[in-house]
Amino acid sequence: MISENLPVLQVVVPLLMAPVAVLVRRPRWSWLVATAAAFWAFAVAVTLLSRVLAHGAIDYEIGGWPAPWGIAYRIDEVNAFVLVIVSTIAAVVLPYAKKSVEREVEEDRLPLFYTALTLCMTGLLGITVTGDVFNVFVFLEISSLSAYALIALGQDRRALTASYQYLIMGSIGATFIVIGIGLMYVMTGTLNMADLAQRLPGVAASRTIPVAFGFLAVGISLKLALFPLHLWLPNAYASAPSTVTAFIASTATKVAVYMLLRFFFTIFGAAFSFDVMHLDRILMPLALVAIITMSLSAIYQRNAKRLLAYSSVAQIGYMVLGISFASVFGVAAGILHLFNHALMKGALFMAMGCVMYRVGSTRVDAMSGLGRTMPFTMAAFVLGGFSLIGVPLTVGFISKWYLVRAALEQGMWPVAVVVLIGSLLAVIYVWKVVEVAYFRPAPEDHGIQEAPLAMLIPTWILVLANLWFGIDAKLTSGVAIRAAQTLLGVGR
Amino acid sequence: MRLLGLYNYWIVVGLMMIGFYTMISRGNLVKKLVGLSVFQTSVMILYISMGKIFGGTAPILLEDGEHVVYTNPIPSVLILTAIVVGVATLAVGLALVVRIKEAYGTIEEDEIHEQDDVM
Repeated sequence: MISENLPVLQVVVPLLMAPVAVLVRRPRWSWLVATAAAFWAFAVAVTLLSRVLAHGAIDYEIGGWPAPWGIAYRIDEVNAFVLVIVSTIAAVVLPYAKKSVEREVEEDRLPLFYTALTLCMTGLLGITVTGDVFNVFVFLEISSLSAYALIALGQDRRALTASYQYLIMGSIGATFIVIGIGLMYVMTGTLNMADLAQRLPGVAASRTIPVAFGFLAVGISLKLALFPLHLWLPNAYASAPSTVTAFIASTATKVAVYMLLRFFFTIFGAAFSFDVMHLDRILMPLALVAIITMSLSAIYQRNAKRLLAYSSVAQIGYMVLGISFASVFGVAAGILHLFNHALMKGALFMAMGCVMYRVGSTRVDAMSGLGRTMPFTMAAFVLGGFSLIGVPLTVGFISKWYLVRAALEQGMWPVAVVVLIGSLLAVIYVWKVVEVAYFRPAPEDHGIQEAPLAMLIPTWILVLANLWFGIDAKLTSGVAIRAAQTLLGVGR
Repeated sequence: MRLLGLYNYWIVVGLMMIGFYTMISRGNLVKKLVGLSVFQTSVMILYISMGKIFGGTAPILLEDGEHVVYTNPIPSVLILTAIVVGVATLAVGLALVVRIKEAYGTIEEDEIHEQDDVM
């Protein structure tokens, strides 16, 4: 009974846990409820992934209504993998959240905080799991609205303006997506993804479908913070509470990348998106510009969280670059980097949360001497930074390796050069923090200690995952290649 | 005449641009939200008008098996969801504006930027 209905329980259980988290009223209890929801989501996601890998895609009809009429959930290699990413990060971040949030958010707001975090996770899982395009919009808004509330809880008053800016830009993006969905519905009379994929080629010659395509491309690019639509991201990441930054940075944009894959590969089909509409001609230049300019911007930041936020926009460039090749290797590189970047940015932002907990600031200047006073936190930062750069034996290396290989496979060696320049720039901005932390003396009467274990252990779980999947990439790259084959409709 | 016959789309496009322009051009945070609302409303009209048929009624199955011309209910139902989402977005946005006013003492965008730059 439970086993058959896992696809819907993946979303429904966290959705029902969210109001419970606010009703129990005690911060500790709300935390327990939210953590339970995250662990549940994690367990279900892993089960679903192993089931998909063993038996192929799962189709699920909600309420037993058959597909084009009812809402269908369809889980294949791609979204099973993304489900695992989102729920893993949630399951790691929530145990970490307790201490960090106690310091950064007022106590009477804590139950609401955990509710919003659970809702945000629910929305992201929902976008990933669903096979109905309007459902995507609904879940997108669930996750976005709770994300606005979460970001606004930051200590600095700039969190409010950052959240407002995100709300305006995010709503424009979501509305563009609705317009695109509406235009597709006008032409095909269906909202089901599989159904749309079948009917769209018949009407693709009209003017409406290219317009829908354009609206969707812009709307999704806004949500995934593709350069130059990234303006909301640095402010939002820099001023949100540390836990929120760690969670959103490693999940929200990843799910938006998943939406890009789903809409342009599964629904429109790679042939239409890339041969007729030439999506690659716009995605690739933007991705390359993002990699270079955003890495350069990161170098000039004085706040470490902001620095990492700009680096996130650059890293999104890598994912989009991989996708823009529209080859099995390229798309696999994009998906692989989606997973790997979640691990590295999660670890880095969690290390920043530890710094915030003890130092009360993430300005680079305030971090002098932390290499000695907070050795484990800074070691986590250094290893995460290595991964960001792409040093061998970390996951970052695996992503870059696949990306460069995909570029060379198509004979685009200048692209490969840009990827490597991006890595060099990453060395500079990571070094900026490392230099201050290790080679500047700590201020005299600091009294700064190592971060509490409850925060260090989750951070190190992600750091070790960075190393583990960097050394043994068979599992992740295998899944990524299978997912890319599914998306491109290539037999294996 | 053909262009006039598509007047519902002209209204949609007009409203959409008014909303979009308001969001871009106004520095007042409340006015921006009003622009956002107008923008979202135009999409609601787009959805509802495309499901409408002249003379169409509610999709009810008559007892004598007679067929009726009915308006497609799905766009309306979808938009019901979108309205709820729009209201929620507006509420969150206005709540943020209230808190911005408390923190900065103003809701003009350029004055807020000035205060942040000084810090």
